[in-house]
Amino acid sequence: MYKEICVKYAPNKDNLIHILHEIQDTHPQHYISADAVKEISEYLKLPENHIYGVLTFYSMYSTTPRGKNIIRLCESPPCYIKGSYNILRKLKTLLGVGVGETTKDGVFTLELCACLGVCGNAPVMMINDDVYGDLSEEKVEDIIEKIRGRN
Amino acid sequence: MKTLADLKKIREKAQEDLKLRGGNVRIKIVVGMGTSGIAMGAREVMKTFLEEIAARNLSDVLVTQTGEKGLSSMEPVVDLIEEGKPKVTYGNMNPDKVKKVVVEHIVNGRVVSDYVVATGD
Amino acid sequence: MSLKHIDLLICCGSGCISAGALKIKERFHEVLKEHSATNEVNIIETGCMGPCDYGPVMVVYPEGIFYKKVTPDDVEEIVTEHFIKGRPVTRLMLQEDDKTFSAQKDVPFYQKQIKVALENCGYINPESLEEYIATGGYEALGKVLIEMKPQDVINEIKASGLRGRGGGGFPTHIKWQMVHDKKDDEKYVICNGDEGDPGAFMDRSILEGDPHRILEGMMIAAYAMGASMGFFYIRAEYPLAIKRIKTAISQAKELGLMGDNIFDTDFCFDAEVRTGAGAFVCGEETALIHSIEGERGNPTPKPPYPAVKGLWGKPTVVNNVETFGNIPTIFLKGAKWFASMGTEKSPGTKVFALTGDIRNTGLVEVPMGTTLRELIFDVGGGMIGDHKFKAVQLGGPSGGCLTVEHLDTGVDYESLKERGSMMGSGGVIVMNEEKCMVNVARFFMEFCVEESCGKCSPCRIGLKQMLTVLDRITNGHGREGDIEELQRLGESISKLSLCGLGQTAPNPVLSTIRYFRDEYEAHIRDRSCATKVCNDLMHYDIDKDRCIGCSLCARNCPVDCISGSREEKYTIHQVDCIKCGNCFDVCPVKAIDKLPGMHPDVVAHRSELSKAVNQYEDL
Repeated sequence: MYKEICVKYAPNKDNLIHILHEIQDTHPQHYISADAVKEISEYLKLPENHIYGVLTFYSMYSTTPRGKNIIRLCESPPCYIKGSYNILRKLKTLLGVGVGETTKDGVFTLELCACLGVCGNAPVMMINDDVYGDLSEEKVEDIIEKIRGRN
Repeated sequence: MKTLADLKKIREKAQEDLKLRGGNVRIKIVVGMGTSGIAMGAREVMKTFLEEIAARNLSDVLVTQTGEKGLSSMEPVVDLIEEGKPKVTYGNMNPDKVKKVVVEHIVNGRVVSDYVVATGD
Repeated sequence: MSLKHIDLLICCGSGCISAGALKIKERFHEVLKEHSATNEVNIIETGCMGPCDYGPVMVVYPEGIFYKKVTPDDVEEIVTEHFIKGRPVTRLMLQEDDKTFSAQKDVPFYQKQIKVALENCGYINPESLEEYIATGGYEALGKVLIEMKPQDVINEIKASGLRGRGGGGFPTHIKWQMVHDKKDDEKYVICNGDEGDPGAFMDRSILEGDPHRILEGMMIAAYAMGASMGFFYIRAEYPLAIKRIKTAISQAKELGLMGDNIFDTDFCFDAEVRTGAGAFVCGEETALIHSIEGERGNPTPKPPYPAVKGLWGKPTVVNNVETFGNIPTIFLKGAKWFASMGTEKSPGTKVFALTGDIRNTGLVEVPMGTTLRELIFDVGGGMIGDHKFKAVQLGGPSGGCLTVEHLDTGVDYESLKERGSMMGSGGVIVMNEEKCMVNVARFFMEFCVEESCGKCSPCRIGLKQMLTVLDRITNGHGREGDIEELQRLGESISKLSLCGLGQTAPNPVLSTIRYFRDEYEAHIRDRSCATKVCNDLMHYDIDKDRCIGCSLCARNCPVDCISGSREEKYTIHQVDCIKCGNCFDVCPVKAIDKLPGMHPDVVAHRSELSKAVNQYEDL
């Protein structure tokens, strides 16, 4: 099943990052499984250990299953100065999980991430590809509620 | 596209679409769109200006609008602002008068004095 | 035939999108349809207009009216009043000190700015090649290819004095010359869009707002050094920037501005987009090159420089997004014009991202040499509320902080370096008097520890050691000699690390020690954080005179450390308190104070504990 994605790219080592991105993005649980690594390894003729080396180097890849929606709260200084720790506390209580964990219903995974470059509207978080800025505790509650409703 | 002349051609056409954002404007037409102006048909007047200008392909003329001009008795009121010349204000405009102003004033450069209600600032 | 008489430019930079710009755009389409005025208004999505704090913002042409903080509910009024009746909506304009600023050009935020790299950002539709061409786009490329030899191009850049805008300030022409002089069948040019510095978002904004400019700049560079292939390396956190640059590439190819024999010359060029996957260190050029090759993004020692041995071992130039953004304009307006701005050693302009406790957060471009005071107080509008300016962190986690006494320093590469800070990529994090500098330094250190790739030990182990010391200072276990220990570690790490990350990571700590040593000393000796930010070095206390004995605090305490009664009033048992602040928030009569310093009970308790530990160790 991962082969279909692999063949979209030329079998060169420099396409590894692209392939990993697409496999992770299209997987319902947003992660890269051991099977996927095996198939990539065969396709690119690279040892699995090289792929794991790359996979674990970059923070955006996950080797464990994650939720449907990935919440990535920015943990950089401009957001910190504007109170991102309060937002984190709120998210933890709302979701009942810690950083790096997935809710029991599999709807959300809570993660921290590096600067999202929307510092003018700090604190910010990204849920999947959407950025939410000028966060307050009430606003976070609203956003989570809405996404929960959709799932 | 092979030459700088080709690029220039594309640029000139594209600049036409950017005209509203302050490009190469020779004449600015300002239509007074206060409540009384609209009541007296200012929207029709503006529409006619836009149509006439588009039909004649006058790329250096800009139509814009403003609020009440304080000349209620002469609405709809239109200003024609041409660089280096005093402002001309036309009053009691209607679509037919607009057509005449476009031909006479904008194309041929002759002020239609019959419709003028004020000049200068 | 067009009846359009209004251009509505809606800022769709990431900041405004996060504030709801796309919903507003949808609403405009709906409302215009309801009023049958769809054919009268052009709705254009632009890149970042700059003042993110006012977001969502928009500009209405031909008048150039600037609206801020627009909500979907305001759209009806803008359409009926402004678009249909010609009466701009005053309440949505910027109002300051009883003055209303209707036109964009009058807004104080824009007054001291001179836009070169940001020239088209927020003015044109970034997904329209035609609009870029209308502003003079690709004319520089045509001129360069048809009229100039590669060496002339490099000479022109040399004359302009352009220096790398990514941080180091390395003269751009030297890099180009090195690659130009190498004889090789393949050479590469890379655009570094791995903008990882927290608090910097200029590269994202330019890529999103004016992608063709960067592409044109890259192609001029490629021609100058004889490369025919380019890569845009953009971090995966910037999906919109990736999309826009991909669109730009395909548009340019379609029109024949990219591909074979561009402008009927021998110059052929192709470019691809590569993305990162979340690694700060990949902003370092050798790490970035390894990442493009499909490897872990570990840096390698220089020399050899990428100009000699870069991507796949071939001569390679890596330039930052903003650097490329300056290039087309240098050729259109001339090196002399460019060099006339800024200072002698740092010519031109620089884009800064203003963030933190400042009123006008956002993206600005000012001539080099503009003072911090002008940048923060004139362009940035000063501090939020009645707060006082305390410090500004320039250059992100690699830079250093500056204080009130440096406000009249001109912002250029040399002046900042002399004062222990650096230009970096242009992030300006402004802090008010409520910020604890030790805590901020600890925070930056934590960031660098997490982002260290682990390849060289000074950075991997040394930074971790510094963080341990900072942790102990901020949680009340600081010791005499810790400040000196931090300085000693910092200086060795700067000298010994392999790449820029480790070499600059100690800067925030060293600069805060230099300018705020008293705060470190108070943390260590007095066990007190004056700003009450460090949890262990502050405490809450109930004032019995004000307490009404309502028990609300006790009922809201998650660790049951508040007890008392209506008669006796309530008391916090300091040793058990976790400083969650619930009691402080819920007290109806504000009888609870937040006080600096560790409570004496806790000090006593801790010394008891350590005595016990010592006794155990003695056994």
